Amino acid sequence: MGDDMDITGAASGAVDAFLSETNLYLAPDPVIMNNHGLEPRTAYEDECISKESDPVRLEIVRERILAGVNESFEMLENMGAAPGAKWGDCVSAVYTESGDLSLASSGGVVIFCNLVQYPIKFIRKYWSKDKTVGINEGDVFIVNDARYGQAHNTDQSMMMPVFHEGKIVAWAGATVHEGENGAIEPGGMPSLAEQIWDEGLKMSPFKVAENYTLRRDLVTFLQNSVREPKLQYADMKVKMYVCRRIETRIHEAIAEYGVEAVVAALRMNLEDTDAEVRRRLKEWPDGTVRHSWWTDGTLRENVQIKINLELTKKGDELTFDYRGSSPEFTNRSNNSLDITVKGMLAQLFLTFIWPDIPRNQGVLAPVNFIFDNPSVLKPGFGTPSAQSMMTVFTAWSAGQVATMKFLYSNPHKYTRVLAPWFNMINTFLFGGLTQHGEMVGNVCADINGMGGGALADRDGEHGCAPIFATMSDIGEQEFIEEEVPFIQIVSKKMMKDNQGFGRQRGGMGYQMVLAMRDSDAFGFMLTAMGAKFPNIPGLFGGYGCPTYPLARIRGVNVFEILKNDPASFRYSIEELMNERPFPDAQYSTHPMTLGYTLAQRGELYMIAQGTGGGFGDPLERAPADVMRDMDEGLISDDVAWRIYRVVYNKETLHVDEAATAKARDEARRERIAKSKPFDAFCKEWVKDKPSGKVPYFGSWDDKTMVHAGDPDKLHPAGQVVPPVVMAHPLQVKIDKLEAELAECRKSGNR
Amino acid sequence: MKVFFTAALTIDLDKETWECAGCGHELGSARDNYKKGLLVRDREPSEIHAPVLDAERYEFTFAPDGDWCRILEYCCPECGRLAEVEYLPPGHPPAHDIDLDIDALKTQWAAREPLSEPALGPEFVAPPHSH
Repeated sequence: MGDDMDITGAASGAVDAFLSETNLYLAPDPVIMNNHGLEPRTAYEDECISKESDPVRLEIVRERILAGVNESFEMLENMGAAPGAKWGDCVSAVYTESGDLSLASSGGVVIFCNLVQYPIKFIRKYWSKDKTVGINEGDVFIVNDARYGQAHNTDQSMMMPVFHEGKIVAWAGATVHEGENGAIEPGGMPSLAEQIWDEGLKMSPFKVAENYTLRRDLVTFLQNSVREPKLQYADMKVKMYVCRRIETRIHEAIAEYGVEAVVAALRMNLEDTDAEVRRRLKEWPDGTVRHSWWTDGTLRENVQIKINLELTKKGDELTFDYRGSSPEFTNRSNNSLDITVKGMLAQLFLTFIWPDIPRNQGVLAPVNFIFDNPSVLKPGFGTPSAQSMMTVFTAWSAGQVATMKFLYSNPHKYTRVLAPWFNMINTFLFGGLTQHGEMVGNVCADINGMGGGALADRDGEHGCAPIFATMSDIGEQEFIEEEVPFIQIVSKKMMKDNQGFGRQRGGMGYQMVLAMRDSDAFGFMLTAMGAKFPNIPGLFGGYGCPTYPLARIRGVNVFEILKNDPASFRYSIEELMNERPFPDAQYSTHPMTLGYTLAQRGELYMIAQGTGGGFGDPLERAPADVMRDMDEGLISDDVAWRIYRVVYNKETLHVDEAATAKARDEARRERIAKSKPFDAFCKEWVKDKPSGKVPYFGSWDDKTMVHAGDPDKLHPAGQVVPPVVMAHPLQVKIDKLEAELAECRKSGNR
Repeated sequence: MKVFFTAALTIDLDKETWECAGCGHELGSARDNYKKGLLVRDREPSEIHAPVLDAERYEFTFAPDGDWCRILEYCCPECGRLAEVEYLPPGHPPAHDIDLDIDALKTQWAAREPLSEPALGPEFVAPPHSH
């Protein structure tokens, strides 16, 4: 007696069974969520591969299924009701029986389907054996809670098992950025969310259709929980039929090639991708590239948030070490789940580095990740993450810069080295009653208009594509205006000097000037960083983007002005704000983080999309290219001289080559004269802590210790006690005003 | 043998040194931080990203805030070519951004043909019209 209880064998099994059957809450399973790699090959996959291993035949099967997936993607884009579906923020895919993403559609958002592996694995592990749920042919499951495997809660995925002769042989999946999800603000990306319960729908993976038929009781519950009930129903039907089309095409492939060939093709696609990525990684130099970046807010207040990356490549493996990044914000929504970071980086490899690699999760099999737990990139279970883009996009861009520094020297490349793409969602979210009396809440397709980074021999593309979906669209403005009660008076017009300067310049961002017109209850919100600290750098001597504010003109109805005095209107943010053509209006600028605000008819909301980073020394930019930008109205005389040092005739744009060469030589000499040797510079420049002028979160010079807002206090990374809880911004304002009032009263009593 | 490591920096594998890709000026040991061989200048960010909106009237102008951000420019001490631009909070230590295993690099390149210029990668070929 007195010995520890030793439970082994059958007794141990009974304890495990008891615990698993009496689990009171099936939260996301860490065994599933912490593994981004491939599941082990199953016995059945082994059997199929032993029968079907001819790579040519498997490639034919693979292409056959991919054609079906691409067809289903076309359906999704053309039939989807959400703006996200219409403009390409969606994806469809095939998964192995184990749940690994094997074939994503050629268009669409890879991160979305990369993350669907997790809910499928959850469904397999928990619902297949549960008598109250089960997995049968014709079942369809749905999920939107990012903690079970989504990029963020505004996306909704549906998943369908594909059966053959009574056995699951694959899974079909479809995901759409649906937008509205019943959160505290319309549009599905609530920056006001202080708790996870402010984030709207929290669909853990559950069965929503049986025998290929949606259960109307569940659909009604979901419709009842969001602001766009018709959209909710419409897109559930669309996603289910997209899955059915994939199922049909898989069944056809089985009929033609046999089930063994299909199962072997799906599995070998993963293993071959893993092997090819390892082969390509071996071509990279071994070493570590370090890159830190800072976002400048939580969407509720401006604070400096560090994203710290050490990327190490050794042999055929790559390790993203994000330790030293900011602590989590326990009552703010700008935290990103680690699975979201991983999924975005899959997108980096599959679209920006190896676009020829099959789009599946084998690309991340040789990649390791390290995060502080908890931190802003791996928050706790109860921490909001609805606005994960605020940190995941920065983490992605840090990865883009670091990988490009590994890639440039490689003699054999699969695409070209690129300066950072613009990475922030400089677009409007909207919500309210439309001119048709419908309640809506969603996002403008301008989210897809991010400027492309410059290449070594080519300028970046203007307003090209978002970092998460390289083949999406920015939409037709007139078409959009038929559905919503606001217009873009200035739309898709490049903003002068909004350029990532360099030998090759970044693709520029356009400006948007909006006014609400035809609704008694409609509003806008904005959820972007980068009004204090730029969002992206340049590369190899190129500069990054500028900062981006929201500009507003209130106390005006521009529709009356356009009707009665159209000549007074100005068609750029710069002219409208600097010339102030409307005498009685109020002009103001703000960070691009507007909480949902009801709009008055005809008042102006103005923002600009961002530019991609520049590549190389701007003083080496061909003067003819500078003049082409001048001719196209992309840059001012000031930039042509101050940044590019081109001497030219302002009437004819004829370049004085000799004078330009002389001016550039002088500029280089001035650079040298005004600079200092690195070590001497660092002695003066480097401080042992943040300045204290700005609340700072994250490591400074030691990634094991982090600041949590106080420049004088450090915490071990991942162990910030007490956790970061931000004060309500209105309370901060009230406290400040009350202090001022108290001071005034004190002075008055003297 | 030279390795074109960035658009502005090469590595001489035989000498194990960083060099300016523009003028060939030697910048120090390739086993060390290349920045030690460059000159640095701290720039007020609005000198590069100038305000688009009237800074007298507005707090947010499209120019970064100098209390939040500084721009460090690294140039070759010989030819003045801009090799790297680093955006940092004031006083933050600059990164040792490229930290290589030079022995592994030498082994890797021992099996490769030397390049006379950087390999840019495949040309973009537009797909043919299909309608």
